[in-house]
Amino acid sequence: MLEIKNLNVWYGAIHAVHDISMSIARGEIVTLIGANGAGKSSTIRAIAGLVKGAKGQVTWTGKDGRPVQLLGRPPEYMVKLGISLSPEGRRILPQLTVEENLMLGAYIRSDKDGIQADIEYCYRLFPRLKERRGQKGGTLSGGEQQMLAVARALMSHPDLLMLDEPSLGLAPILVEEVFATISEINREGRTILLVEQNAYAALRIARKAYVLETGAITLQGTGAELLENPKVKEAYLGG
Amino acid sequence: MNFSMFLQHFTNALGLGSMYGLIAIGYTMVYGILRLINFAHGDIFMLGAYFVFFATIQYKIPWALGLVIAVLGATACGLLVDRIAYRPLRDAPRISALISAIGVSFFIENASIVAFTGVPRNVIQPKLLMEPFALGTVRLIPLSLMVPVISFVLAAGLLWVIYRTKQGLAMRSISHDIETTRLMGVSVDKTIALTFAIGSALAAVAGIMWALRYPKVEPLMGMMPGFKAFIAAVFGGVGSVAGAMLGGLSLGFIEIMSVAFFPKLSGYRDAFAFVLLIVILLVKPTGLLGEKLEDKI
Ligand SMILES: Nc1ncnc2c1ncn2[C@@H]1O[C@H](COP(=O)(O)OP(=O)(O)OP(=O)(O)O)[C@@H](O)[C@H]1O
Ligand SMILES: [Mg+2]
Repeated sequence: MLEIKNLNVWYGAIHAVHDISMSIARGEIVTLIGANGAGKSSTIRAIAGLVKGAKGQVTWTGKDGRPVQLLGRPPEYMVKLGISLSPEGRRILPQLTVEENLMLGAYIRSDKDGIQADIEYCYRLFPRLKERRGQKGGTLSGGEQQMLAVARALMSHPDLLMLDEPSLGLAPILVEEVFATISEINREGRTILLVEQNAYAALRIARKAYVLETGAITLQGTGAELLENPKVKEAYLGG
Repeated sequence: MNFSMFLQHFTNALGLGSMYGLIAIGYTMVYGILRLINFAHGDIFMLGAYFVFFATIQYKIPWALGLVIAVLGATACGLLVDRIAYRPLRDAPRISALISAIGVSFFIENASIVAFTGVPRNVIQPKLLMEPFALGTVRLIPLSLMVPVISFVLAAGLLWVIYRTKQGLAMRSISHDIETTRLMGVSVDKTIALTFAIGSALAAVAGIMWALRYPKVEPLMGMMPGFKAFIAAVFGGVGSVAGAMLGGLSLGFIEIMSVAFFPKLSGYRDAFAFVLLIVILLVKPTGLLGEKLEDKI
């Protein structure tokens, strides 16, 4: 459903992403792993329409089977196509309540009943958010904010859910919980592109994986293959 | 001072203050989102006043229709200012947009002097609004009650939009984090345009009421009320609509009451606002209802 060919990202003279190609099929979890500064966020942000200096081809094929070129379109266009991003660092609106943050995620929709049903669905995925529905986003703990960020990205009812480091700053037990929920979201039929530094957790749930190093893809394979790959073991899994 | 005189001053202060408040809302909303002082805002106020003057007095269009035309006309001008002078500078340093704002303001003022001449023109008030009536021992004209009532109704309506609608949610969200708001599918340009439209429409209403109250229009009539409304916005807490109204009312009361109780100070009337600005910046820079922008990473 998403075909990336020769994607390059430039920030002025900095060449952050070199000619990478990836493909994501409907229903998969695909993960992109790599160290700090490898270009993971740049890639995912380019797909979301947030990066001005992105060149190459990013082709989206929606349910209607019509291919669309994404580069050069604004982020709101991607959301309408069915792509949503939970950004790095959560980016919860601190002065809005939990529920208002979720409503914001549903901005492009106007089916009141459907939105309400999806809010309930998010509360079932993350029961802790329900207890805190009227609380200001800024007063949530880091883990709760991460749950809210994932839930908010679900509220547009995306075909492709992109998550940028959902494990960032979470305690190991919470990482387990969030990754279990990601798998569950996927089992319900949503395609997921997962950017992670926590390679072990990501590779375990991913169907397909890409390793990014200083802006270029150096390895790819199934999650299971890369878990066994000696180079990956050494560099990302602590030997 | 007897009680009925006090009530007279009280209604004056309420009227003046609520007009400052209406103008201040436009400053505060635009600043809240773009961190930009829209210097041209006072000129939109002036254009609203001129448009109603031309529509109803020059071209004898009925008042009801003339009001609509004036508000729509000034709103269109406000949108045009954003489109031409601010939108191209969205990614530029803030100082560029500020300079552009000053430029637009001078442009509108001078173009108005050319187009409308600098000579003040008298506004003929509709009789209906001027028939005095007695409220207890006080004699009032309908206009002086209408001004605060209309202002409060509009401000309340705006608060409803901001806190109860999707567009309001987008506005509140944009003022904190533009990028994340875009990721939710919000078109930033459209939301900013909506903000300018609302601010300009309110300024136009204030301009029309001002023209009726001090019955004349002139090209520079927006400058002083504009400055004062800006101070009201800072006083109330930049970014807060309720704060803008509160700031406007405070300023109206300080101005009217200090002159009423100390007539000797009447020459300093315009200075009070600026003294207030200095004091608030020294004592409480976030204003009465302003929130500190705090983010948790
Ligand atoms: N806005 C920007 N302007 C200039 N350089 C940038 C910008 N954003 C990212 N870069 C640079 O691009 C490179 C890739 O950054 P990116 O954020 O994509 O890395 P990442 O893989 O997401 O890292 P992390 O795991 O730390 O989030 C880095 O060298 C970074 O300094
Ligand atoms: Mg990153």
